[in-house]
Parts: sequence; structure tokens; C-alpha cells
Amino acid sequence: MNKTAETPKVKRETKNRIRVDFERTPLLERMRAKFLNFYTLKKVLWYLFRFLLLLGVSFVILFPFFSKISASFMSASDFTDVTVLLIPKNPTLSTYAAIITENGYFPAMGNTFLLSLVCGLLQTFVCTMIGYGFAKFKFKGSKILFFAVIFTMVVPHSTLRLAMFMKFKNFDVLWIGTLLNKMGVTANAGINMLNTNWPLWILSATGLAFKNGLFIFLMRQFFKGIPDELEESAYLDGSGVFKTFLFIILPNSVTMMITVFMFSFCWQWTDTFYSNLFYTKSGAALLPSIIKTPASLSEIVSKTAGSSLYSSAITNTCGLLIIFPLIILYLFGQKYIVQGIERSGITG
Amino acid sequence: MNMVKEKIGSAPKKKKIASLDKRKARIGWLFVLPFIIGFVFIYLPIIFNSIKFSFNHIIIQTSGGYKLEFVGFQNYSDAFMVDTGFKDTLLAGLGQLVVDIPAIVLFSLFIALILNQKILGRAAFRAIFFIPVILTTGLISSIDASNNDLLNHMTNGSIDTGTEAAGAGILSVESLQGLFQNMVVGGEFVTTIVGIVNGIYDIVNRCGVQMLIFLAGLQSISPSIYESCQIDGASGWETFWKVTFPMISPIILVNVVYTIIDAFTSASNKVMAYITTVYDRPNNGNVLASAMSWTYFLIVIAIIAAAAGTISSVVFYQRRD
Repeated sequence: MNKTAETPKVKRETKNRIRVDFERTPLLERMRAKFLNFYTLKKVLWYLFRFLLLLGVSFVILFPFFSKISASFMSASDFTDVTVLLIPKNPTLSTYAAIITENGYFPAMGNTFLLSLVCGLLQTFVCTMIGYGFAKFKFKGSKILFFAVIFTMVVPHSTLRLAMFMKFKNFDVLWIGTLLNKMGVTANAGINMLNTNWPLWILSATGLAFKNGLFIFLMRQFFKGIPDELEESAYLDGSGVFKTFLFIILPNSVTMMITVFMFSFCWQWTDTFYSNLFYTKSGAALLPSIIKTPASLSEIVSKTAGSSLYSSAITNTCGLLIIFPLIILYLFGQKYIVQGIERSGITG
Repeated sequence: MNMVKEKIGSAPKKKKIASLDKRKARIGWLFVLPFIIGFVFIYLPIIFNSIKFSFNHIIIQTSGGYKLEFVGFQNYSDAFMVDTGFKDTLLAGLGQLVVDIPAIVLFSLFIALILNQKILGRAAFRAIFFIPVILTTGLISSIDASNNDLLNHMTNGSIDTGTEAAGAGILSVESLQGLFQNMVVGGEFVTTIVGIVNGIYDIVNRCGVQMLIFLAGLQSISPSIYESCQIDGASGWETFWKVTFPMISPIILVNVVYTIIDAFTSASNKVMAYITTVYDRPNNGNVLASAMSWTYFLIVIAIIAAAAGTISSVVFYQRRD
């Protein structure tokens, strides 16, 4: 072996491993070169900026919830106390108790649950079907029909308010009702569907309810992203179109369907337009009707100095109670929303 | 000509293929049948009646029914000539949208870009950012609209006395004007910026769906394109403008149209709220409201067409099929 100054010094040598010692730049300098340059600095700053921005916007989103929750536990005296900010001094459950017992929370929730569940399921299934039809089949008039879908999305609800009210007050398809009326079979020309769930269920089953155009659009984009080969192989194996749809396509689109279901369910849950329109009976037991100051609290409210604060806190507690089931649903479903949207692969 | 020739030329052979296509087309019809039924038998009559009502006065009869009295364009002219608030509300509402729509689209694009990158707690952030889509809708947003007192109390501890409310926003005009004093920007610009910053809660609440659509679009861009950019030595900035932006430009179009629709038709819209109050007025307020909302709808269509036309001229489509 020829040993010179340049060759590294062998520290230890085993049969198949050799450990040598050579001159390296010191660790500190190496680290400095690696991390204290413009590139890394930029990266770290950008990372921090991003993180802080996300944190800030999250705060903007969450703070109203925190403040509402804390206000819902405050008693009347906390609202006049200037030292009370977020944490109540005399926490109380009386606001909740009064709303639940006096405003009929549970019956209203049951009704809304039935309405929203049926609407959500119907809308999800129908929009999936329609979206699939638009995405995978080329038929005459499909473009015009899709334009019609967009049209239903663009027309504001209030434009149709009066006509919709009249339609479902005298529900009649193809003049069948009028005909029966003329023949003397029925007393009225149409069926009065007001104060029932039927108007919304009918609208849901035909893909015309709140923002269904968006759902159809999302579903169409999603199915466009699914390769045609998937169905073609199913057809080759002897499966019919509907069988393929039910057993191949639907299981593949579960995340997207959960996303659409959550949208339709939650938007129906908090909807006020239709519930004001179709439920004309005063005290119709849907969730919007529980937003009022309970009788036992109204006296205290009028006596409190910051009465507008207190009554607004009560309103917000009503709101919290209304969305409480939705929060639980969201905790379970948010994973699917994020996934479902990621897989939709919209390309315009 | 061609089609006719084909039909005549090889009738027996073509017929089989055509019937297969036809069968598939028929199945396509079956899939969209619920919508067709709804659209033809429920939606179109509603639309037709709504237009009809806007040209009529309704006389409620004591027996419970109603009678229509044709008045021509009187409702429409009333909306502009007689009604005091409609024109101003309409103009104010449109002006508000000019500010809101770019703000919402840009903000949601920006947030989607950041949420698409790797960052600590990304899943948690995503979950938080989509809360407003689910929860702050309809009822809750109308509660929120009347909520300023409570939020002020929580942040400042002040009981609403009216005077304190002015300084309660995140930014005030005064503090920003000091900042922009030496720059060549008009006061209007400053007020616009202040409006956007103070309305951030509102904007965050309204851009959930857009953010989802942008995220989906960003996910659909193939990572291999970014990889080759990196190998070719493109910086992040260049990659954004040369790859990301063209690739998601169709989605920007979709989102602009969606945002316009959403902003115009949401119940919190000023014009919508005004039309709702008009609807509840006695003496044919409801038909006046119909006329107003059809006018409004025509304006919406015009704006959407203009915006879509402008944007689609710069949209890049990766594959045209």
C-alpha cells in the first residue's frame, strides 16, 4: 500500500466495510452553507407566511363560533359586566334549557330531520343519475338539457316565489286535476300541498331543489373523470347499463355522493326560503321557527341593561342548537368532502 | 347530403349500428328522465306563470281564489318609475358585486393554492376551511348578519353604545389612510380595500364551494408536469404562471360564473332582500316583485354572458373533445 498525505487515512477495516477519515469542512460551516442561503430563507419565510395566513383565516372562521358558544353559557349579569370577555363569570345552562323546553326544539328537529334526510337522499341519488346520464351518454338534445340545468341554477329563487307558491297550492300536472274537477270526481282543481313536505320532496326527486344544478354539474364532472373502459369491460362481461351503474359506478362514487349528500342535507337543514314559502301555518314546527326569545327569559331580557346583547346571544344559542347535529355530521363527514372533491378532477 | 347518402347506400348494415347507438341514446334519456319530467311539468309552468304574473295584477277574491288582470308593462315601469328604492338598490348591489366577485375568486384561488401545498396540519386546515360551506348557510348567515353587537362585545368588552362600533372592525379607514397617505392612490381605493378587509369574514364564508372546485382542479394537474418543470429549472413563480394558471383557467371561468350566480341569488344579496320586502307589500307587491326579479334576472344573464365571454377568450383547454 502506498500511503501519501492525499489518501484518506483508514480508521478501521473489516471484511466488507471500510471506514476512512478525511478532511472535511467543519460541521458548523457546512450547516451554515446549507441553511443560511437565500433559497432556504425564502422557503422558510414562505412556509411561515402560509402557516400564519391559514392560522389567521381559521381564526376568522372559528372565532364567531367560540364567541357564540361562550355567550350561550353566560347569564344575564355577564352581559352588563365590562370585565367579562370570552369566559362567563356565572356560567349557566338556563338559556339552553329554556329554548329546548319552551320553543319545542325536539319536535322541530324531528320534523326537519325527516324533511332533510328524505330531500338529501333523493337529491343525491337523482343528481348522481342525471350527472351520469350527461357525462356518459351522447343523445340528441343533451346539450340543450344541460343548458336547462344551468338555467335552473341561474334563475333566482325569489323570481319564482309567487308562481311556486301558486303551483304547490294547487298542485296539478298535465291538467289531470282540472279534468277530474270538471268531471266532478274531486272538489278542487289541484292538491293543496302547503304545510306538507311534498313540495320539497317533489322538487328533490326531479333535481330542481336548492342548488341541484351545482350537484348535477359536480357529478357530471366526476363521472367524466372515470375512464370509459371501466364500463366497457363491465358491458363485455355481460352486465347491462343499469346493472353497471348500480354495482360498478355507484360504489366507485361513494365519496362524491357523500359530499353531495352533506351539501344537500345541510343546506336543506338551514334553509329559510322554502320553509317560509311552503310552511305558511304559524308555528309550523320546523327548526327556523324555534328562533325566538323563550317566554321565561324575555322578562329578564327586558330588565337587562345590555338587552340587545342578551337577546342576540339567545338568538345565537338558537342557531347553535340548530346546527349542533350538523356539526356532528361534519366531524364524521369532512374527510369525505375533502376526498370527494379531490377526486372529482374537474377540468372545466 | 352525406348523411342521406349513407342512409341510402348501406341501409341494412348501418341499421344495426344505428339501433345500438339509438339504444344507448335512449338509456341516456332514461338517466336524465327525472330532470326532464321535473323541468317540463313543474319548472316550465312555474317559469311561465311567473312571467305571466309579472304582466298582471292579482285580485284576490273573497271566495279564496284569485283573478288576473292584464296590465301590460305597468309592473315593470312601476319598478323603475314609481318604486323609490329599487333603482338605487339595484345600482348599489351591482357596485358591491364588482368588488366582491374578484375578491372571492382571487381569495379562494389563493387559499386553494396554499391548501394544496404540503404544510403542517393541512388536513385540519382543510376541515376548518370547509366549515362555512356546511354550517354558515341560510338561517345561520341571516343570524350572523344581525350579530355585530355580540362580536364587538366579545372582542372589546363594550356594551353597544353606538360610538364604539365604528372602531370595532379589523381595520378602520383612518388607520389605513395614514398608511397610504404618501402613495398615489385615491381615497376610494382605500375605502374599497378597507371594505374588503373588514368583510373578510363574509368573503371567507362565501368562497367555500369555489375553494373546493379550485382544489379539485389543482389536484387534477398531473404531478409529472411539475416534475419536468423542476428538472428544467423553473422557479415556483414561473411554474405557477406557465403551468398552474393555464391549467386551471377553465376552472377560473367556472368559478367566476358560479360566484356571480351565487352572489346574485343568495338571500343575503341586497337586491334580493329588497325584492323580498317588496313581495310582502300589500296591493300587488308580489307581482311587482316578480317584475323586479325578472328585470334583475335579465341583468344577471347579461353580466354572466359578458364575464364568461371575456374570460373564455383567454381560457386554455388542454384537450379539446
